[in-house]
Amino acid sequence: MSIPQFTTLNSTAIPLPVENIDTDQIIPARFLKATSREGFGENLFRDWRYNDEGSPNKDFVLNNPAYGGQILLAGKNFGSGSSREHAAWAIIDHGFRVVVSSFFADIFKNNALNNGLLPVQVREAFLQKLMQAVQSDAQTSITVSLEDQTIRFAGGQESFEINAYKKHCLLNGLDDIDYLLKQKDRIEAFEQKQLKT
Amino acid sequence: MGKTLFDKIWDSHVVDTIEDGPSVLYIDRHLIHEVTSPQAFAGLDKRGIPVFRPEKTVATADHNVPTEDQHLSIKEELSRLQVEKLAANTVKHGITYYGLGSEDQGIVHVIGPEKGITQPGRTMVCGDSHTSTHGAFGALAFGIGTSEVEMVLASQCILQTKPKRMRITVDGQVRKGVTAKDIILYIISQIGTSGGTGHFIEYAGPAITALDMEGRMTVCNMSIESGARGGMIAPDETTYNYLHGTRYAPEGDAFFQKVEQWKKLHTGKDAVFDKEYQFDARDIEPMVTYGTNPGMGVKITGQVPQPEEIPGASRGSYNKALQYMELKPGAPMIGQKVDYVFLGSCTNGRIEDLKAFAHFVKGYKKSGHITAWIVPGSKKVEQQARQEGLEEILREAGFEMRQPGCSACLAMNEDKIPRGKYAISTTNRNFEGRQGPGSRTFLASPLTAAATAITGRITDPGTFHP
Ligand code: SF4
Repeated sequence: MSIPQFTTLNSTAIPLPVENIDTDQIIPARFLKATSREGFGENLFRDWRYNDEGSPNKDFVLNNPAYGGQILLAGKNFGSGSSREHAAWAIIDHGFRVVVSSFFADIFKNNALNNGLLPVQVREAFLQKLMQAVQSDAQTSITVSLEDQTIRFAGGQESFEINAYKKHCLLNGLDDIDYLLKQKDRIEAFEQKQLKT
Repeated sequence: MGKTLFDKIWDSHVVDTIEDGPSVLYIDRHLIHEVTSPQAFAGLDKRGIPVFRPEKTVATADHNVPTEDQHLSIKEELSRLQVEKLAANTVKHGITYYGLGSEDQGIVHVIGPEKGITQPGRTMVCGDSHTSTHGAFGALAFGIGTSEVEMVLASQCILQTKPKRMRITVDGQVRKGVTAKDIILYIISQIGTSGGTGHFIEYAGPAITALDMEGRMTVCNMSIESGARGGMIAPDETTYNYLHGTRYAPEGDAFFQKVEQWKKLHTGKDAVFDKEYQFDARDIEPMVTYGTNPGMGVKITGQVPQPEEIPGASRGSYNKALQYMELKPGAPMIGQKVDYVFLGSCTNGRIEDLKAFAHFVKGYKKSGHITAWIVPGSKKVEQQARQEGLEEILREAGFEMRQPGCSACLAMNEDKIPRGKYAISTTNRNFEGRQGPGSRTFLASPLTAAATAITGRITDPGTFHP
């Protein structure tokens, strides 16, 4: 098995300048009842995206036809709360490949990377600049290069961190389970050692 | 240099380390539930591989289950299918399953400890962020995503980058009416919802060691609410006494031999942490949240903060939270009207929580306009509450005990707080819509919930005179 490869992405972005977006907002618990990974995009940001009676909330950015693209820009501390991987699946299912924020919650970051969604963590000042650029011109083009670990747009450029192993996996579309399955001998040796102590 | 408790357990479970990358960490016990496991089992099927060590995984159904009429089949179709899927997967792979109808069923983080599956020195994971609960026993326990659940099923290992170490020391002793829940709500209000990110916390100090195991679990449970990967407390006599006689703990002499090993599980005197916090227990009062994340907590005698008290960058979330909660800056917390009271969850659904609540309401009556849901964390808690006469006390005060499950903690079953209503809840998350679409949550301790249930308004359990 494999995850979708990621090398370079050129795209417009959707701005969501809210801090502390928790995974209950990304996908509310009542939509977690499926037993497959597909179809969660429909309910991405459900309670912000739709009014109580089910009509689209015109004020929410995903319902604004001016905005589109495969990059989600979000405020600080994105993906906190529940460990539900459904949050990453919903974002991907909606068509995003990158989330840019000034801070990510740990479990969300792992879940994203395990599914080929790239979390790009930038300085708060850069995020604000980028957010403003996109808010004043929805056509602002952004380039994310995993190879160079950079994100750039007409107004600036910044590099981002990623663990070398995860970068290798994403560039090549490899997943962790394949790696672990090749470690069986070592794992069994560890179990033997553990039994003796 | 001495090692921290965290390092001792982590280092002894590393099978291998990838250069510039994560470690292969061996997992001693894996807990699973119906919501985050089906896609992991499907992944195994797709690869055509079995569960590597089925005897090291334990399953329960908790998130979706109804809290009434559990002997009937689950009414909501998708919930029923998800629970049935878990049952089928566990049969297929030879995994122990505590399903509905089993005397062992309950919330995954309640049953692990009460059965002695959770033990000092063990590495434990679950596809659930509140796995941090098990750290109360000096286990290294953390929540994972579904891809990682699949990793553990496939190999009993997980690829993981080692977090940094943090210690939070709480000196002195708390005063009467202040509980473990207040301690952790206080800590999160101080360090914020991302203050622990990237770290594994060790809780220490006299106020922590004075807690019983239930209280320690409450503290460790909410570590994730500070963004931390997990929390832990060094094992001591309290820990050993709790575990002695539980189903999966070693028996006879073997138990005491184990205890000798467990005694080595503490942080060395000169061990260094990446970050340290120190708090004074005497500064802690009963706490309640006013907003929509667990860091938005204040002393119950306090007020909704003024915008000037909130750092500029967080003002947006603050405004949004007050709008959602329909609360005004400066409004006192005491006296806020409440419609629902929820006692339960893996934070405060244990026997000591039910006991504290029942003893508090004994001899009083529930306020007429309050709907109260008392949901034990497990079948064992339910039985014990019955045997110890708590159910009787609750009934006389106008409360009814329901059947075990996560219930209104995340409202995946029928137990949903209606739109616009206010609930005082002993759970861990006050996120928008967490307890049902449009629901509004005040997080608090079982004692505060009890006092509030009697008066119908937020009430300080310390100064309660009905
Ligand atoms: S009680 Fe709440 S927090 Fe605990 S496992 Fe269930 S849903 Fe999660």
